[in-house]
Amino acid sequence: MRVVVDLSRCQGYAQCAFLAPDAFRMHGEEALMYDPNPDDSQRDQVLRAAAACPIQAILVEQLEGPAMTVEARRS
Amino acid sequence: MTMTQTPDTLHRILDYANRADPYPLYAELRKTPVARQEDGSYVISTYRELTDILHNPHLSSDIRNLARPMAAADGRATPAFINLDPPEHDRMRRMAMRHFGPPHTPGLVDGMRPDLTAIVSGLIDDLADKTQIDIVDDFAYPFPVTVICHLLGVPREDEPRFHQWVNAIIDAIDYDAKTDPPEKLSNGEQARKDIHAYLGGLLEPRHGKPGDDLLSRLANEDGPDGRMTDEEIISTANLLLIAGHETTVNLITNGMLTLLRHPQHLQRLRNEPDLIVPLVEELLRYEPPVHIIPWRAAYSDIAIADTVIPKGSQIMLMLASGSRDPDRFHDPDRFDPDRRDNQHLGFGSGIHLCFGGPLARLETQIALTELVRRLDKPRLVADPPPYRPSPVLRGPIHLHVEQG
Amino acid sequence: MTSRVEALQTFKRDGRIVIVGASLAGLRAAESLRDEGFTGSLTMIGDETAEPYDRPPLSKQVLTGWVPATGTTLPRRRDVDAQWLLGTPATGLDLADNVVRLADGREVPFDRMLISTGVRARPWPVAAEAALTGVFVVRTREDAEGLQQAIAAGPKRVLIIGAGFTGSEIASICRERDIAVTVAELGSGPLVGALGAMIGEIAADMQLANGVDLRCGVKVTQLEGDAQGRFRRAHFSDGSTVDADVAVVALGGIRNTEWLRDSGLAIGPWGVACDSGCRAFDLNGLVTDDIFVAGDVARCPHPIYEYRFISLEHWANAVEQAEIAAHNMVNLQADRWPHLAIPTFWSIQFGVNIKSVGVPTFADEVIVAQGSVSEHRFVAAYGYKGRVTAAVTFNNAKWLDHYRKLIEAAAPFPPAQPTPDQPADAKPMPVDFPGPLLLSQDATVVVTGHDPSERRVTAVRP
Repeated sequence: MRVVVDLSRCQGYAQCAFLAPDAFRMHGEEALMYDPNPDDSQRDQVLRAAAACPIQAILVEQLEGPAMTVEARRS
Repeated sequence: MTMTQTPDTLHRILDYANRADPYPLYAELRKTPVARQEDGSYVISTYRELTDILHNPHLSSDIRNLARPMAAADGRATPAFINLDPPEHDRMRRMAMRHFGPPHTPGLVDGMRPDLTAIVSGLIDDLADKTQIDIVDDFAYPFPVTVICHLLGVPREDEPRFHQWVNAIIDAIDYDAKTDPPEKLSNGEQARKDIHAYLGGLLEPRHGKPGDDLLSRLANEDGPDGRMTDEEIISTANLLLIAGHETTVNLITNGMLTLLRHPQHLQRLRNEPDLIVPLVEELLRYEPPVHIIPWRAAYSDIAIADTVIPKGSQIMLMLASGSRDPDRFHDPDRFDPDRRDNQHLGFGSGIHLCFGGPLARLETQIALTELVRRLDKPRLVADPPPYRPSPVLRGPIHLHVEQG
Repeated sequence: MTSRVEALQTFKRDGRIVIVGASLAGLRAAESLRDEGFTGSLTMIGDETAEPYDRPPLSKQVLTGWVPATGTTLPRRRDVDAQWLLGTPATGLDLADNVVRLADGREVPFDRMLISTGVRARPWPVAAEAALTGVFVVRTREDAEGLQQAIAAGPKRVLIIGAGFTGSEIASICRERDIAVTVAELGSGPLVGALGAMIGEIAADMQLANGVDLRCGVKVTQLEGDAQGRFRRAHFSDGSTVDADVAVVALGGIRNTEWLRDSGLAIGPWGVACDSGCRAFDLNGLVTDDIFVAGDVARCPHPIYEYRFISLEHWANAVEQAEIAAHNMVNLQADRWPHLAIPTFWSIQFGVNIKSVGVPTFADEVIVAQGSVSEHRFVAAYGYKGRVTAAVTFNNAKWLDHYRKLIEAAAPFPPAQPTPDQPADAKPMPVDFPGPLLLSQDATVVVTGHDPSERRVTAVRP
């Protein structure tokens, strides 16, 4: 699953790191490092973590299916 | 522009007669976002101003910064971090967090999920053949008490003792010299002494005996910030013991009440267990366990919403009102578990954001999911239910439910 | 209905929008266009072959080996129903006919277009030295993958050229993995160019405390390879040398504007100039109607900073500008939004969360307003001619929003009221970089409003 955190808004509350400790880790007291592509087996925890963010800075992709049909690709 | 609010509105909110539904009064209060009261204190009730001031470094949580001392507060005891400012607040909170959450102990709360589920299942097993249940006494109280006792290292069988003390302390939080009997205050003071002595008794034998519970860890481990003094450990444990169950009782009970009042969501939750995650967030907005931060102090003059709150002023923060502010939340009086962008104030905001919030969330998610799954056609016996006295930590004192 | 409204509705229904640059800003703009009700054709053109991906993790989680370089694909907020032309760089723009020319010879016509081509890494200036095995830049996921492998192989020493944010972050990751690191910086300290000399000293302390061999005030003059074409040694302007097997060139970025050279738009080393509504200027300084710019390649005036044109390589800026540009592409003049967000930025290094709000280079003084420098937990406020213009926090991010409001309100500097955690010896110091010397004495503006639709500035005259 795809995840992105708006770290310019993140204030380091670490709520995500409590609830999905394999996907969200604190680097020191306040800096968040996260896995932008956590395994689907972590889905429940990642969704709990995203919901718990006090500033709602975690975006988890909920769309199904392929992102796009690519017209031209470099070989 | 400073406006003096008609004192009526706040008094009516604090009046027990309005405990069941303070929300229309909050709406009235929000007409003056920053309202000066007759006694010189200020009440803040709108979302924008609340979030502003919670992130304002001139707002103090230290009682010594109030120009006029407050009756209800115990100024002599060593304050817990909830009543401290940076840098002491940050240091104490870090030392406590070392044993509870990230970065030092990141997996603790998530790792409690199996235990929490087991406790909940056991409690509900006992309800199976009862047709009348009190959600509070039979479930919402014993569950978090068991959890916090285990976490802290407080014997579960001592619960009847500290239950009384905790009730007396919470009753005294909103002590009003004009209207309340003096015993309310003195009972609270005595209870503080009793609980202090009790926790001291638990701490003493833990020195030199490393263990897994929080009291043992705080007594024995030295982190980069050093070690807490015994007085600091006792005040921290006291805070976590009280906050660790009182608020969660309300959150779970308010949750069950809200679901019984919205049977369509109760039914949905049965069919879609994933709904519990956003549903608990909506609950924290719509029926939060903590309605009011009774006091903070202006460390220096604070400019907010065209008002300057003078240094030393007492400031009351109406968090539950902010979470119902129509300028921030669309259709705020509707319970909507699908609500997006739900930046509620259920756990506060800023450096004092609820320490135990992640645990409270998980407890409530598991509790409500299992209650809804296993109770048989639950129905409210009385609506509204009887409420506890406190307007600050607001919730039903009993929630009688019929099933079967 | 007026004809303008009709024309807009027709455009929103059947028009053609082309977005050149399929990274963060391009993706968010496409999503916002659909959110705004644009149902016409949408074409995304990008020079990389991958779906839009996030870059900040490339110098952090990816280099630690935790996250694979291919694992930073951006989540979609919604389906954008676009035609994606990836791996086909745009090579030209014809404003007379409104077509984008592609490298493969195709021409893509449009009614309106968005330029979000971003920046690329500035390469090591000597091509033969840049081509040595073991010499890296970090901008794309391929770059990061290569560097990650080189670090994982256990090099004896990594040389990092340039102690800006990216270079410092990479140095931090290497030290975390216990790899010897030399950082070479032409300036007086790390981060000095962005945050000034005071923060530079603190950042230098952090690097030294973490065992970085930090060399400031020196220039790398030569990267030397062995017979197999592998990087082995760097020569410095002070005559010294360092033996290392990996060199990371972290000298900032170059705006991708070359493809616009003959377009007649106002381009330069700082990007494509546009108004605060993201509409591009042409060479004459005339604002265009149909060409919009967003993200790292945009250069737009900010009222708070005396209408100076500001270029930002900031994640949040890319997102915000993309949303503003998308809104303005499908709305009439009267409903357009200005891009008034105060810049915000973050960096994670040596266990410290560094964040900034405002424009720290737009300042003449700086003060430690809260916290403790020695503990690396503090807020530094920046001021210009007596008003707050920026703030930087080290592990104190929860206060940053307060300072953003001070900037928006043109609050007095130094902040007059004390806080409980104000350092005892707090006093303003000169900020040590070339400040804006030619500023006028004009009125200050303050930002008002809270939603994009109501945000405006108001002039305040003392």
